[in-house]
Amino acid sequence: MNKPKPIVTLDRNLILRDAVRELDMPSRRLFAKRAVTLGGLSMLTGCSLTDDASVERFLTAVSRFNDRVQGWLFDPGRLAPTYDESRITRPFPFNAFYGEDEVPEVDAGDFRLEVGGLVARKASWTLDQLYALPQTSQVTRHICVEGWSAIGKWGGTPFSEFLHRVGADTSAKYVGFRCADDYFTSIDMPTALHPQTLLTFTYDGQTLPPKYGFPMKLRMPTKLGYKNPKHIMALYVTNTYPGGYWEDQGYNWFGGS
Amino acid sequence: MDTASQLSRPAPGRHGHASASIQPAWVRLTHWLNAIAIIIMVMSGWRIYNASPLFGLHFPKGITLGGWLGGALQWHFAAMWLLVANGLFYLLMNVITGRFRRRFLPLSVREALRDVAAALRGRLAHPDLAQYNAAQKAMYLGVVLVIVLTVLSGLAIWKSVQFPLLRDLMGGYDAARWVHFVCMSAIVLFTAVHVAMVALVPRTLLIMLRGR
Repeated sequence: MNKPKPIVTLDRNLILRDAVRELDMPSRRLFAKRAVTLGGLSMLTGCSLTDDASVERFLTAVSRFNDRVQGWLFDPGRLAPTYDESRITRPFPFNAFYGEDEVPEVDAGDFRLEVGGLVARKASWTLDQLYALPQTSQVTRHICVEGWSAIGKWGGTPFSEFLHRVGADTSAKYVGFRCADDYFTSIDMPTALHPQTLLTFTYDGQTLPPKYGFPMKLRMPTKLGYKNPKHIMALYVTNTYPGGYWEDQGYNWFGGS
Repeated sequence: MDTASQLSRPAPGRHGHASASIQPAWVRLTHWLNAIAIIIMVMSGWRIYNASPLFGLHFPKGITLGGWLGGALQWHFAAMWLLVANGLFYLLMNVITGRFRRRFLPLSVREALRDVAAALRGRLAHPDLAQYNAAQKAMYLGVVLVIVLTVLSGLAIWKSVQFPLLRDLMGGYDAARWVHFVCMSAIVLFTAVHVAMVALVPRTLLIMLRGR
């Protein structure tokens, strides 16, 4: 029926500019405007739906609207369910946009976590420095956008405390992440500050193996799997929409569970 | 009175006046908008399901909408607004205009079973298209309830953390996916029977297009 959308033809700069502009607009006016665009009307006709650029713009606009709705729905005090360790899914599934044989190998000794953007202390962190921070663990459900889920145990430091420690501007909108496997994503500040958002270094009591995201993974049981970045190399606080690997291709940015 | 003259007589409306419509404009509008929304939700839903099937069934790509998982999700989370807004409007109007009372009540389970059995034997006559027989009342009410359950289970899947009561009502995140799938199957089955019935009594399609 329809060809899969060619990923390589996306113009990321244009998409980012569009996204930044749309996120700043009052969502209600934007939604009404978009609803009567050609894209909106063509949904009611019989024309080829999924290849039309204006239909794409309409669907993207609705996704942005859904970001706002999810931001409004998000309760910063509501905790995701936790489970007994006997419920852990064994083996925990591997999932990435590449095969397991291409998992990046990061050198523990050379590794430095870069912290940047709207923070008071931009110094980089060694793994030993990170391991020395207060640690906690959680047994929570990882929910994939594909529909499946798996229960896992992650250990690390509460991200909200880490952000306060680096003097992050917590009134800023986004925290962005860059990863060793060229993955990147970003999250909203309220989720970054959520009590169950952990910067994790261990899985099931052992140092995070490469396939699960060594040296660190941001674990958020309030967000879908693709929003939980692995192999984090750098993180930054910003008011400029950073997008994400999957989000730039059309997945919903908020991705809340 | 023969069937032909029964069909051409306008249905009595409220306050006893003869109304030009067997199906008022708002019923026809919400019906077709719902049809569009349901088709988009089901076809994009099939593509989403394919990403992580619950069991051996896999939907052929050709009958799914979206092109890939990302596209299917976009369609699914766009059409849901149409489905719910239109559905709420339909339910509200049914109550406000009194159509629910006039068209669906009284509802007798015994009569519904009798009419369904007659339909299965090819013996269910439908002489007065201005009235629903008991099988129709049961089916149309039933599919509304199933659609509501589909939406609720969908919300439990989409927001299992933010809607814990709904999630627990469904029996947990995994159970919600099954409820969602079973309800979708019921909607698809209803649609197949519904379209077949319309094909058997084509006048009903005209009524749903022009009102009479």
